[in-house]
Amino acid sequence: MTDTQAAAIPSPAPASDREPLLRVTGLTRHFPIRGGLLRRQTGAVRAVDGIDFTVNAGETLGVVGESGCGKSTMGRLITRLDEPTGGKIEFEGTDITHLGVGAMRPLRRDIQMIFQDPYSSLNPRHTVGTIVGAPFRLQKVATEGGTKKAVQELLELCGLSPEHYNRYPHEFSGGQRQRIGIARALALKPKMVVADEPVSALDVSIQAQVVNLLDDLQRELGLTYLIIAHDLSVVRHVSDRVAVMYLGKIVEIADRDSLYANPMHPYTNALMSAVPVPDPRRRQRAGRERILLKGDVPSPINPPSGCRFRTRCWKAQDVCASQEPPLTALKTGHQVACHFPEQREGND
Amino acid sequence: MTELQKTPADTGQTPSGDPFLSVRDLRIHFDTDDGLVRSVDGVSFDLHKGRTLGIVGESGSGKSVTSLGIMGLHRSKRARISGEIRLNGEELIAAGPERVRQLRGRELAMIFQDPLTAMHPYYTVGAQIIEAYRVHHPEASKKQARARAIEMLDRVGIPQPDRRVDDYPHQFSGGMRQRAMIAMALVNDPSLLIADEPTTALDVTVQAQILDLIRDLQEEFGSAVIIITHDLGVVAELADDILVMYGGKCIERGPAETLFDAPEHPYTWGLLGSMPRLDRELQDRLVPVKGTPPSLINVPSGCAFHPRCPYADLTGGRSSSEVPVLVEAAPGHHAACHLPAAERHRIFAEEIAPRL
Repeated sequence: MTDTQAAAIPSPAPASDREPLLRVTGLTRHFPIRGGLLRRQTGAVRAVDGIDFTVNAGETLGVVGESGCGKSTMGRLITRLDEPTGGKIEFEGTDITHLGVGAMRPLRRDIQMIFQDPYSSLNPRHTVGTIVGAPFRLQKVATEGGTKKAVQELLELCGLSPEHYNRYPHEFSGGQRQRIGIARALALKPKMVVADEPVSALDVSIQAQVVNLLDDLQRELGLTYLIIAHDLSVVRHVSDRVAVMYLGKIVEIADRDSLYANPMHPYTNALMSAVPVPDPRRRQRAGRERILLKGDVPSPINPPSGCRFRTRCWKAQDVCASQEPPLTALKTGHQVACHFPEQREGND
Repeated sequence: MTELQKTPADTGQTPSGDPFLSVRDLRIHFDTDDGLVRSVDGVSFDLHKGRTLGIVGESGSGKSVTSLGIMGLHRSKRARISGEIRLNGEELIAAGPERVRQLRGRELAMIFQDPLTAMHPYYTVGAQIIEAYRVHHPEASKKQARARAIEMLDRVGIPQPDRRVDDYPHQFSGGMRQRAMIAMALVNDPSLLIADEPTTALDVTVQAQILDLIRDLQEEFGSAVIIITHDLGVVAELADDILVMYGGKCIERGPAETLFDAPEHPYTWGLLGSMPRLDRELQDRLVPVKGTPPSLINVPSGCAFHPRCPYADLTGGRSSSEVPVLVEAAPGHHAACHLPAAERHRIFAEEIAPRL
């Protein structure tokens, strides 16, 4: 395994020369906490606290992290469902950070979102036809043969039957509803799709169907995905590059193979070792490498000084409390924010 | 203790002697306006002390209903329960509600999926554990019960248990709440612990902590554990034996190792094929099971899996007309499938195993 990895890594990152579709710099979102008689701001939940990354056209960036790390907030900021408190979001070179509702509208065609919960993201009073046809109406897009035909084609594309046009969401199973959500997101042929936990609410056998569907659609339509998920094995399967978030910061971002073969941040290592593997023999094997993290994620209201992971890190030293480690590239396409990154021999 | 209990686990054989929990032909049906829902339709298994049984299935396969049935929590007018549940030789279905109530919490305890809804928001964590203890230990004073609650919170790894005992559930994080639930379930030293999706609501790092805790506590108390989950990774971590449910029936049952190495049922193949795995080379595509799980009101005729089964045609029409029975395919490993065993093994070796 190490041989093939070593051969793959030094090759230039395939996407580096292209202009990124999305560029995020120093993105911040602090939710104010107000208290006292005058409702003055007494603090802030630092949900997203200065993150930088780029997404190239046609690739999939996976974002993983535990609950409360700010990955969903980040997704909502990029789709501009929420207003950033700082930083910059550029989409195809245009600054969209503080665009108003009206100015944002034409761009909504290009950036779409798939939501986590297929039960609450579809209006129960609307038929599938109305739901999937809504983007055409809102954007006043005329389609050949009318909206109905376009919707039925979309339903077929997403593995549903065109006869489902007049049915209501409650008549569908979870997996089918997620397909309706995907059809709606793809209606206007977006360039980029942000998917927030697209499969986590689904059964195992259905998850695989939806993952394969996302895969096929990307190939057919040339989509760019930003997939937010907590399941490391799903993210490995769908992503070209992966970012790991912890308490509002990106701690590691790398090409998929490089990250999974050689995780450098201690937190990434701990996350990977915690994933249960369907192999009962593994648990009996002596000296199984499992890193058990102590305690919970600290509060984002008052994050630890310096490196935010230091309170749970087994490698933490004095420098970790005083200095925040910058996100630096240690290898081509592999950036880590750690004072003491793990280096495996033979891979440098 | 460890010697006695480790040996059977290592050899993969079930220990001799009477099982602690024995379920025979359990059926739980519900009358609804839409028709009769056959949530559990003839499930049988045995569980010995010190062993862990994993029940795996998708939503609607009847796994949670089975566990609630064992706990005696289905005593509504609409539920029709038949079959036999023997706990330590005592039949539970025919027993009166008062008797089951005495056993519940003392002999049988349960850890629920969502610790936020399973705990009362209005009482402190300590008060809820103390209540669980005093119900079954009426002679204990409040002070003793409180000491016991603190001891249990300490045992499950809550920091500063003497202070946290007076906190309300909302002051605990998700992982801590689940620990408190485990403390509450174990406060009376139950002999049978049922954990229904104990880690589904938790993050992976916390999940690893909780799974380790359940394993340690089982070794310490020697109780029997049933773990219900949809995650094959979680059962592989904990279970000695695994039971796979589909459409209210048990379709495969066997020791954990053979079930993962040589699964017999096409549905189990489908489950294994549809999950991406970190311990294997990356595949280009997942192999999902086509279609969706059946409705429990209109369970397909014959084998409930036949509309989704890629090999249903190889059985000469039996799969849609005859309900397959559980047959022993390998020692201790049962499967309910019409395909002849030799044919199944050939398909698994040639088509399925290379893809997994």
